[in-house]
Amino acid sequence: MIQIETNKTPKCELEIKKQWCKGCNLCVAACPRSVLALDLLGKIKVVEAEKCIACGLCESTCPDFAIRVIKNA
Amino acid sequence: MSFDVMDYFRQETLPHIWCPGCGNGIILRDFAVALERLNYPRDEVVIVSGIGCSSRAAGYLNFDTVHTTHGRALPFATGIKLANPNLKVFVIMGDGDSSAIGGNHLIHAARRNIDLTAIIFNNNIYGMTGGQFSPLTPRDKKATTAPYGMIEQSFDICRLAEGAGATYVGRATTYHNQLLTQLIIDGAQNPGFSLIEAVTHCPTSYGRRNGMASPSDMVRWQKDNAVWIDKVRAGKAEVKDGQFTIGLLHRHEAPEFTQAYMEVIKRARGQE
Amino acid sequence: MRELAEVRLMQGNEACVQAALDAGVRFFGGYPITPSTEIAEGMAEKLPALGGKFIQMEDEIASIASIIGASLAGVKSMTATSGPGFSLMQENLGYACMTEVPCVIVNVQRGGPSTGRPTAPAQGDVMQARWGTHGDHPAIVLSPWSAQETYTLTVKAVNLSERFRTPVILLMDEVVAHLREGVRMPDPRQLKLIERPRPQGGRENYRPFGGALDEVPAVADFGMGYRCNVTGLVHDDVGHPSGSPQVTNDLIRRLSGKVEAHRDEIIDYELTQTGDADMVIFAYGSTARTSLRALKLARAQGLKVGMIRPTTLWPFPEKAIEEVAERGIPILVPEMNLGQLVLEVERIAKGRSLVQPLSRVDGELFNPDEILEAVKELKPVKSRKSSKKEGI
Ligand SMILES: Cc1ncc(C[n+]2csc(CCOP(=O)(O)OP(=O)(O)O)c2C)c(N)n1
Ligand code: SF4
Ligand code: SF4
Repeated sequence: MIQIETNKTPKCELEIKKQWCKGCNLCVAACPRSVLALDLLGKIKVVEAEKCIACGLCESTCPDFAIRVIKNA
Repeated sequence: MSFDVMDYFRQETLPHIWCPGCGNGIILRDFAVALERLNYPRDEVVIVSGIGCSSRAAGYLNFDTVHTTHGRALPFATGIKLANPNLKVFVIMGDGDSSAIGGNHLIHAARRNIDLTAIIFNNNIYGMTGGQFSPLTPRDKKATTAPYGMIEQSFDICRLAEGAGATYVGRATTYHNQLLTQLIIDGAQNPGFSLIEAVTHCPTSYGRRNGMASPSDMVRWQKDNAVWIDKVRAGKAEVKDGQFTIGLLHRHEAPEFTQAYMEVIKRARGQE
Repeated sequence: MRELAEVRLMQGNEACVQAALDAGVRFFGGYPITPSTEIAEGMAEKLPALGGKFIQMEDEIASIASIIGASLAGVKSMTATSGPGFSLMQENLGYACMTEVPCVIVNVQRGGPSTGRPTAPAQGDVMQARWGTHGDHPAIVLSPWSAQETYTLTVKAVNLSERFRTPVILLMDEVVAHLREGVRMPDPRQLKLIERPRPQGGRENYRPFGGALDEVPAVADFGMGYRCNVTGLVHDDVGHPSGSPQVTNDLIRRLSGKVEAHRDEIIDYELTQTGDADMVIFAYGSTARTSLRALKLARAQGLKVGMIRPTTLWPFPEKAIEEVAERGIPILVPEMNLGQLVLEVERIAKGRSLVQPLSRVDGELFNPDEILEAVKELKPVKSRKSSKKEGI
């Protein structure tokens, strides 16, 4: 089963499927607010959730469908 | 962006086989977004692909899908479309697949103006076989079969398609996501042969050999070298050596093949 | 659509067109090549009035690709070609085997290799029809000897391709293709036509590539809502690519198994005066026409000659040879090639019968006298027992 990790940010929920992350760093480079980073194992993690502006760039940049940005209603 | 692209995938087939940072997944996602917006009845959509890393895209999508033989996706798609013109047929091909081994089929599908939407995943290299040059590898770039640099002239596949008769031609990159999605939508709605070149990046077989070590270097390269066609046409930008245009590059109207064949049926039945 | 039984004077190629239409073929993709072109021309003229589709593709690779595509969309499909085009088709022929897509490929043989003799008869593609595409795969190959039989075997080819979800090859030769003779065609409504097995249940249980070793799984047309993946890679029962040794083994064995297990349903041959024969001619296609003449001449001279004429070349009609070999009767195998199907005859005879090839590769038909001479030179082998001892 794929585990989904949910991270609350001020404007959205960042859903992350760590198992699908291949550690390419594209989302980290794309994020304008440095919300994301790679952990020691080279998998994506949310480091500064409160800075997230819910722009969705990480979601559309990730080639592995590992991030989903669900904007607050 | 609240819908879940996963809705369009055969999730049991994921994660996909592509390398870390490979641009193919980005295009695939943009394609799924385009399908969501196009909102065709899902059972009427058929996705056909050739052989190559990029062509594995078809199998991940939850539609009727065909992974054909190297270079031959278009004639397979032609048979499907002509046999049942109600189907919405998309064709996914790599740059080598579509322009080398499948080059003849490409020009003839364009010439017939058959209602297919072709998406070319252009990573400038043969990815699946490990980095040999393709007809779209730029001059002087390195490949395993051009270890001293590419000496052949490369194709501009968009101009090739236009010259052969395609009625809708556009280009975007994996960096220019929204443009890519829009081109796929408009291309699908064009009643005729549409070709969308998606410039993508193959960090494994192309980037490493050509001074772009990381996927983000490659995406930056796309960002820096893509020039919007509208700006060029308005005289606000120029295309320097090594750069390329993006946007809707060409469009014209012409009779579509399967519709024209309906007229043949009428004539043969003496109805006209 | 024809509505009555009728007799018409027609060429083999024309009979092929009419039979295909009567059998429900509604898609033809092709590329012109002598001596098959009349088939494409006939299809271009006749398909549209029936609501069918004809397309002239840019080459033969595209032709076979287009008919596989059309068949995936649920339409009975056909292409026709000759040697050079048949060579180009080989990769996608294997694709059709692997993906279990019904379709019919007509190869009107010409003299080869290469461009060879475009308008001369030959039978040099017998082994290519069996083994031309790479890898182990099933093959159903039928070969007519007359315009009349071209009609019946074309219908049979379409039916077998649907029945077994596999490409079927109709192997003609130039003489049969261009010979004009009376063809008796039944009322098409009386023809027994077969449709590919289509799924009954829901999408959850859809296994278009599954089943037992001898099974032909049901397949949905594109657009029916079953959303299936079709790939030439080794795939599991739902169509996903697989690298599993078990899945690979099961698939490759079933592809051939589904045809092999039903040999009796597929194989047909005609026996002429073999009952009392003490020598037999094994011949197919237009060579069998000359052989029949030679047989009559031989009989008139008091020689007890019989003939086995297979209309199914692959799977090879082993039983027909078995019966003759058991009796130790010598077998003459005239072919317009350097000896192809004769190797199969030898394989089955296992030394029990003398098997004598007779070749012609000059682009001319055999004449009855040369076959008669060869028959006369046949000498029955010693009894079965002694030949076995010799082997020890
Ligand atoms: C007839 C044939 N020739 C060669 C190959 C080997 N082959 C597989 S993929 C490929 C090239 C793929 O390059 P491209 O089309 O650019 O797609 P990419 O892998 O880069 O996405 C080749 C040569 C093949 N499968 N079939
Ligand atoms: S873009 Fe996707 S695969 Fe790459 S590091 Fe980020 S989450 Fe992982
Ligand atoms: S080899 Fe290149 S194109 Fe193929 S999956 Fe890897 S990065 Fe992508």
